Amino acid sequence: MPPTFGVGAFDSRPLFPSEAWLHGDSAHYAWTDIWVTNHILQAVIGAALVIGFWLWVSHDMKVVPGKKQFVGEYLYDMLRNTVARDILGHDYKTYLPYIVSIFSFVLINNLFGQFFLFMFPTFSKIGFAWGLALLTWLLYNGAGIRKWGLFGYLKRMTVPAGVPGALLPLIIPLEILSNFIVRPITLGLRLFANLFAGHLVVLVFVLGGTYLMFVSEPILNKVAGGAAMILAFAIFALELLVAVLQAYIFTVLTAQYVSSAIAEEH
Amino acid sequence: MTPLEGTGPLGPLLPEHPSELIVGIVLFILILVVVWKRVVPTFEALYAGRADAIRGGIERAEQAQAEAKAALEQYRSQLATAKDEASKIREDAKNAGAQVQAEMRSAAAAESARIVQAGHAQVEAERAAVRDELRREVGTLATQLAEKIVGESLRDDARSQRTIDRFIAELDTASPQA
Repeated sequence: MPPTFGVGAFDSRPLFPSEAWLHGDSAHYAWTDIWVTNHILQAVIGAALVIGFWLWVSHDMKVVPGKKQFVGEYLYDMLRNTVARDILGHDYKTYLPYIVSIFSFVLINNLFGQFFLFMFPTFSKIGFAWGLALLTWLLYNGAGIRKWGLFGYLKRMTVPAGVPGALLPLIIPLEILSNFIVRPITLGLRLFANLFAGHLVVLVFVLGGTYLMFVSEPILNKVAGGAAMILAFAIFALELLVAVLQAYIFTVLTAQYVSSAIAEEH
Repeated sequence: MTPLEGTGPLGPLLPEHPSELIVGIVLFILILVVVWKRVVPTFEALYAGRADAIRGGIERAEQAQAEAKAALEQYRSQLATAKDEASKIREDAKNAGAQVQAEMRSAAAAESARIVQAGHAQVEAERAAVRDELRREVGTLATQLAEKIVGESLRDDARSQRTIDRFIAELDTASPQA
């Protein structure tokens, strides 16, 4: 059985471990060992909270908002006006549900990294990050194909206007690489790596500090360990910022990619 | 198998198990459907309602303003009509007054002329009467006086009467004015 603390926190643990899992017999894992784990439960709770939140604030809305509705409208307006409308232009309402969903889902799962019950950002499991990156990739390519047709869209995305013909053999592969391969990979990796590294740094400071304070002998190490524990709180505050920032970046980039796919001139 | 070691050539960049990927996608699609079908329409309906309410308020205010303006115009025109009427009445009254004055003046003039004429006629008649009276009395007095002076010589009535008449006629011709 792998350790459940420290770096072991990055390993998913089944809620109802089978005998095979307890003995590390990976060939005979039960389906629950893979599908009913702490991280998957965390993601489900996150999604349920997001759905619950939006249904709650959008329930019984008044022209003159109360406190609850004000909070909902504040968040919704930020996504609607400063992200969707400013980036996507007049077609923004089509993509608004996606923008709202992606931001709230990523944000709450990132905040789980600081939330005492989970203490683990869901997107530091890369599978979740790849899932959302894949959906965004499908979204912006689908939006482009819907607007320009398959070949019109491919031409727009691979042959930039105003490029001399001689440069095309160089430009076309670069554009294909950039628009169809690098975009989704960086989108997923950025989210995963920020959360993963951030959480890892917190672990290093906390576990390292603990080791220096309680296991290591020299007195200087104990002082350094105490300093590391204090610094861990600063890192924690930074991680809070990163959690919000990464949710915002993921959302803005999604909108940006859709915008570039449906833009009139390219 | 910690993610730091990884299970394949990509190390931690591959999911531990596809379950994460699939669960993540399914959860997100669930959220998307709810937000798409319920949340966004609710918010957008609210915003549309709010915009309508504001627009309606502005329209109502504009309507009220137009009504007030119309009422003001109406009052102004009524006031102008009233002013015109008042000045017309004043003018009429002035004209009527002048007419009455003129009528009264002419009636008074006629009346005074009539009175003067009547006075004249009366005076004339009285003078005629007085003259007749005087003539008779002067005749009688003169006769009596002459009788006394001349005595019996003037007994012949007829002759004396003729003399008197002649005398009176001479008087009349001497003073033809009445």
